[in-house]
Amino acid sequence: MGRNPVTWLGSPTFPAAAHHALADVQLRGNLAHATGTIRTKRLAAVAELPDWERLRLAGEAIKDDVLSQLDVYLERLEAAVTAHGGVVHWARDAAEANEIVLGLVRATGADEVVKVKSMATMEIGLNEALADGGVQAVETDLAELIVQLGNDRPSHILVPAIHRNRAEIREIFRREMPDVPTDLADEPRALAEAARRHLRRKFLSAKVAISGANFAIADTGTILVVESEGNGRMCLTLPDTLITVMGIEKLLPTWSDLEVFLQLLPRSSTAERMNPYTSAWTGVTPGDGPQQFHLVLLDNGRTATLADEVGSKALRCIRCSACLNVCPVYERTGGQAYGSVYPGPIGAILAPQLSGDPHDPQAASLPFASSLCGACYEVCPVRINIPEVLTHLRAEVVRAKGKRTPEAIGMAALAWILREPHRYEAAQKVGSLARLLARNGKLSRLPGPGAKWTSGRDAPVPPAESFRAWWRRTHD
Amino acid sequence: MATCLTDTLFPDTARAVVRLLERLDCTVEYPAAQTCCGQMHYNTGYRRHATTLARRTAKAFDGYDAVVAPSGSCAGMVRDLYPGLHRSTVRVAGRTYELSEFLVDVLGVEDVGAYFPHRVTYHPTCHSLRMLGVGDKPLRLLRAVRGLDLVELPAATSCCGFGGTFAIKNAETSTAMLADKMSHVLDTGAQVLTAGDNSCLMHIGGGLSRLRTGVRALHLADILASTEEEPWVATR
Repeated sequence: MGRNPVTWLGSPTFPAAAHHALADVQLRGNLAHATGTIRTKRLAAVAELPDWERLRLAGEAIKDDVLSQLDVYLERLEAAVTAHGGVVHWARDAAEANEIVLGLVRATGADEVVKVKSMATMEIGLNEALADGGVQAVETDLAELIVQLGNDRPSHILVPAIHRNRAEIREIFRREMPDVPTDLADEPRALAEAARRHLRRKFLSAKVAISGANFAIADTGTILVVESEGNGRMCLTLPDTLITVMGIEKLLPTWSDLEVFLQLLPRSSTAERMNPYTSAWTGVTPGDGPQQFHLVLLDNGRTATLADEVGSKALRCIRCSACLNVCPVYERTGGQAYGSVYPGPIGAILAPQLSGDPHDPQAASLPFASSLCGACYEVCPVRINIPEVLTHLRAEVVRAKGKRTPEAIGMAALAWILREPHRYEAAQKVGSLARLLARNGKLSRLPGPGAKWTSGRDAPVPPAESFRAWWRRTHD
Repeated sequence: MATCLTDTLFPDTARAVVRLLERLDCTVEYPAAQTCCGQMHYNTGYRRHATTLARRTAKAFDGYDAVVAPSGSCAGMVRDLYPGLHRSTVRVAGRTYELSEFLVDVLGVEDVGAYFPHRVTYHPTCHSLRMLGVGDKPLRLLRAVRGLDLVELPAATSCCGFGGTFAIKNAETSTAMLADKMSHVLDTGAQVLTAGDNSCLMHIGGGLSRLRTGVRALHLADILASTEEEPWVATR
């Protein structure tokens, strides 16, 4: 088993990546504008539903039921898909999934495939694996296309090019699309038209399409993709062969469960009452749509995550991005700083778990990339208590690092002091001497770990007398 | 519960809580066995140390009718997280209140007889807002303060960037969040920024002081304790 590509090889730790991202003025502006807009729209879309909180509870309950009987539902799905003429494949990890997909594409003789936007295929690095095997994958979602043409990395789950503005997109199109007019305007309509012309040719010539799945219905074997641009509908209906790569947690037990999720997802994700395109297919329909259908069920760290009682809550995620859009950390650093296809709060709990390597310093830095403000939990449509999972994963990181790090020794010493009031009081008296370092009533430079504090903030000048000393002097 | 931070660095706030509660006819005790609730250890990933400190804290506060903390995050730690830590830390959770909750919900007062003739803006701290759900209780208390000119803080519910050890581990992201919070505070033209947590105030106030903005960060308790007879005075 190789390295899990869910985190990008060679990415710096979060604080180091954030250092560069925070200095990018263009990025900061693009992100503040984009997240600010979608935040306000989501609030309005959610406020329209009087039973929003009950929908969230229902979403949580359905997903928890799926996760608690995943084996049962997966076998039910496999049987239903097979009965309708589809072929089900099981992939333990990214390498296995990529090998299966490449083999399937090669069997058709195609050297180009069109893709529906899919997190699962991004997670396993499928495009790169296909390219290595001589197959070119063409992204057909507009934002994903911008990232692909720009030889860039995604920075958002729903809008992977959220870090780019219109002027930057125009430059990418002019550079990478062969017959785009040189006077291409940076107007949304003109940019969309250029992408449409570019993609139409691909849709009409493609023999194979690759998609992910938003939902899969265990009872009927139906797979669903929801989208906004219609590119998905093209990919899912025109080619002869359709290959779907789906994380094993994307299941819903029955068709009627969609009633909950098709309300939760669009409002949380794009702040729409309903997404423009909902495509559903069950195996193969003779004479209509793709005549070959393959479903690749992907584990890639999910079973291991499921075994963790607290951490497994991350598997409820339906990839809506609401947590990214409200996250104050994400808003400042953008998504690429997380070094994974899953950025933001959900990425900070999902990527380290899927990667499964507690000693990888980059993955280990992710659970600490949060002020624990709780805005993510407040908006999560399936009520993932992200702060709870974050602190849980922090504890795992601390355990993996052992007791001999300077931080662990410091924290142990502090706990030893705080365990006994007399030691605590003695430490207060010593610490109070820091007031002697104050100049003009301000402490602007502290030594040691305090230097990180005073890099941007003054520190409070400790008083000569603590509250407990005052209380004893005046009350006892 | 004085909280270790307020006890050590902001004793005026703890004295203000005592003065305020005694003015409202409460009998205030300060159990000397208390030190720290364990929140920092818990949030940084040191569960075992956190549990030890939580058990000691629960023991120190055993037998009181109500435990009042001038902090949304310490009260949130006790009320939200103590029940999951140890069987001995369950009972104290149900009797612990953040100051504004205790005043409004338990004592049933909004006008605490305070006087504070300044232009003030209020930052709702994340844990008081999202963990405890204090809602507009602090604002109702502030609106009843005589002489106080309350101005609304734009983007008030955005985190200030403190986040405990986050402020050290991710100092640059923390200060980027702080910069936006300070800019909103300055937009209000307030002389005083108030909140229910001295930790967040230490962070925002530290930034306001570093930039010589002339805006003071002051805990809600300091404002509510201030009266015409005994007005708040700056000790530092």
